[in-house]
Amino acid sequence: MATRLSRHGHEVPAQHHRLITSPMSRPPPSEDILVRIRGLKFYRGQRAIFDGVDIDIPRGGVTAIMGPSGTGKTTLLKLIGGQLTPDAGTIEVDGQEVHALSTRELYRLRMRMGMLFQSGALLTDLNVFDNVAYPLREHTKLNPSMTRKLVLMKLEAVGLRGAHQLMPSELSGGMARRVALARAIALDPMMIMYDEPFTGQDPISMGVLVQLIRRLNDAARISSIVVSHDVAETCEIADLVYVISNGKVIESGSPQALHEGGGEWTRQFMGGLADGPVPFHYPAPGLESDLFGESA
Amino acid sequence: MDWLAALGRGGLAVSARLGRANLLMLAMLGGLAELVRRPRLLLEQLMSVGVLTVLIIAVSGVFVGMVLGLQGYYILSRFGAEATLGVMVAASLVRELGPVVTALLFAGRAGSALAAEIGLMKATEQLSGLEMMAVNPQHRVLTPRLVAGILSMPLLAALFSMLGVYGGWFVGVGLLGVDDGTYWAQMQSQIDWYEDVGNGVIKSVVFGVVCTWIAIFQGYDCVPTSEGVSRATTRTVVHSSLAVLGLDFVLTALMFN
Amino acid sequence: MSKTRQIEIWVGAFIAAGFLALFFLAMQVSNLGTVNSGDSYTVLARFDNIGGLKVKSPVTLAGVEVGRVLDIYYDAEDFRAVAVLGIYSQYDTIPDDTFAKILTAGLLGEQYVGLDPGGSEQVLKEGSEIAVTQSALVLEEVIGQFIYGKAQEGAN
Repeated sequence: MATRLSRHGHEVPAQHHRLITSPMSRPPPSEDILVRIRGLKFYRGQRAIFDGVDIDIPRGGVTAIMGPSGTGKTTLLKLIGGQLTPDAGTIEVDGQEVHALSTRELYRLRMRMGMLFQSGALLTDLNVFDNVAYPLREHTKLNPSMTRKLVLMKLEAVGLRGAHQLMPSELSGGMARRVALARAIALDPMMIMYDEPFTGQDPISMGVLVQLIRRLNDAARISSIVVSHDVAETCEIADLVYVISNGKVIESGSPQALHEGGGEWTRQFMGGLADGPVPFHYPAPGLESDLFGESA
Repeated sequence: MDWLAALGRGGLAVSARLGRANLLMLAMLGGLAELVRRPRLLLEQLMSVGVLTVLIIAVSGVFVGMVLGLQGYYILSRFGAEATLGVMVAASLVRELGPVVTALLFAGRAGSALAAEIGLMKATEQLSGLEMMAVNPQHRVLTPRLVAGILSMPLLAALFSMLGVYGGWFVGVGLLGVDDGTYWAQMQSQIDWYEDVGNGVIKSVVFGVVCTWIAIFQGYDCVPTSEGVSRATTRTVVHSSLAVLGLDFVLTALMFN
Repeated sequence: MSKTRQIEIWVGAFIAAGFLALFFLAMQVSNLGTVNSGDSYTVLARFDNIGGLKVKSPVTLAGVEVGRVLDIYYDAEDFRAVAVLGIYSQYDTIPDDTFAKILTAGLLGEQYVGLDPGGSEQVLKEGSEIAVTQSALVLEEVIGQFIYGKAQEGAN
């Protein structure tokens, strides 16, 4: 099967992605599917961001969606969260078809989804405590002392209980992301979507985030969807990896299986090789003719 | 052919933007019920939209009134009609300058701040974040700002006109020797409560809707980058000013013909 | 003092100042403070020609404003204009044979209705009609009459 890619998605010959299973791969924690995406198509103008994507995200595991920049990974999370509407195809979350829901039902579903934005998306005019308390005050009728306890517990879980008086502008990028994580888990959701959680983090906060995602997933039984192009960190925690490029799922499987048995393209991506199916050079006429030939 | 296509493309883009602005307005109006239950949100916005604009309005009002007093005196005294200085100052302020200059200053001070704030909230994914927390950002973030803008504008315009009348009084009566009683009496006999003051208030309410709407829409519709936000603030001031001046002509023609 | 309390005070001051300014515009700048609001009774007066009389023009008696013109319409039956005068109710002793004429303030000023009280025992009441009126002076007619008069003189 050819996985060689040209720069244009529609020339990819493979219609069905390769599912690689190897004896060493961790099996998904359960066969229960939390998010089921079928035939997803999404266009931005003339450009196809997704061109017929099928993805199953099992309940209780860490599923990673990987791919180069600009492949619409964030768009995928927004589609799952119902913030964008697909041009074709269906997305089911916990048995409910997201885009067939009424606004009220969609909001109820979102209360059970957490999303960690790349920037943290903390409300800049509220301090850390109020940010984490926001969804609680919004959606529950807890009394103030109960809210306070819950908020402090959530902050404790991300190690930032001591920072609850700080304003978002006083936080480092990694701390802001941890506060946002505490806010995302405030309502005890069934799943959390992480949008590029490792981008722009120093090695220490990266390690902290890797730990946190895995721990929240295992301890609190929260399913996780991680969208990332940081191969090493993502593979460390993922149970299942989907590789997407040019609007299609190229391959999927456990991290080990992809490292070992992936196609040429996947190997280049996972290994971070400069040259491979994705050429180092932007398509151009030969160097010699460009330098010494007739000027165009 | 190319220019025809460009014209068509531009027209389509403008009508699409108008459509989005109208949809946004509808969405914001849908948040009114929620606002009644959370008056605190409105309070915060009245602070940032209204209170913080008072200073520039007050200073401008006094100076505009003083200039009117000075200019009016020189022109009227040529005809021996200094007695009507109060009428001239008050009529120009209450009918035109109060609502219009207030709206222009409002667009520059509060409108640009609104657009930048909302644009930044969009660029930093705060609006998306609210949405994913199952909170409607249009209701929670935009509606209080819209209502605060609409409420603030007539109050600001009234402050402007009042201070302007006193500015004109200071120059005319205090410095140039127009009779104090004449200044006020002529004003009172010639300025009609409904026709002049009432129409001025109606104008400023309309400007309040338009300026705040434009600012919120530009912020909400901006390209979520730093460049997009800065363009949104510029557009807010330019579009608001043009809309205010154009609408002022239409309203004046409708009201005082 | 907490931050919200501070905001509350500022916003309260802003709203109070705004309404104060509106009140000022109403009472001090415009005529709302001087208008005898509400209570008035209406009296009809028919004129052959009302000239430049307008709704809201003042109605005066001995130079004192005692009312305003509320409405002006044309009566198709006797081809005359009807002015509806609202007389403030404290002026309730105006004789019913009062004479109404349309006058001009200054040479080119605004026109108003001037009342000349008669000697009757009866007073004007709601719905009364003023019997004797004098129309507005129309400048062209005055000049026309003057020229006609001069021509007559010359002919004689």
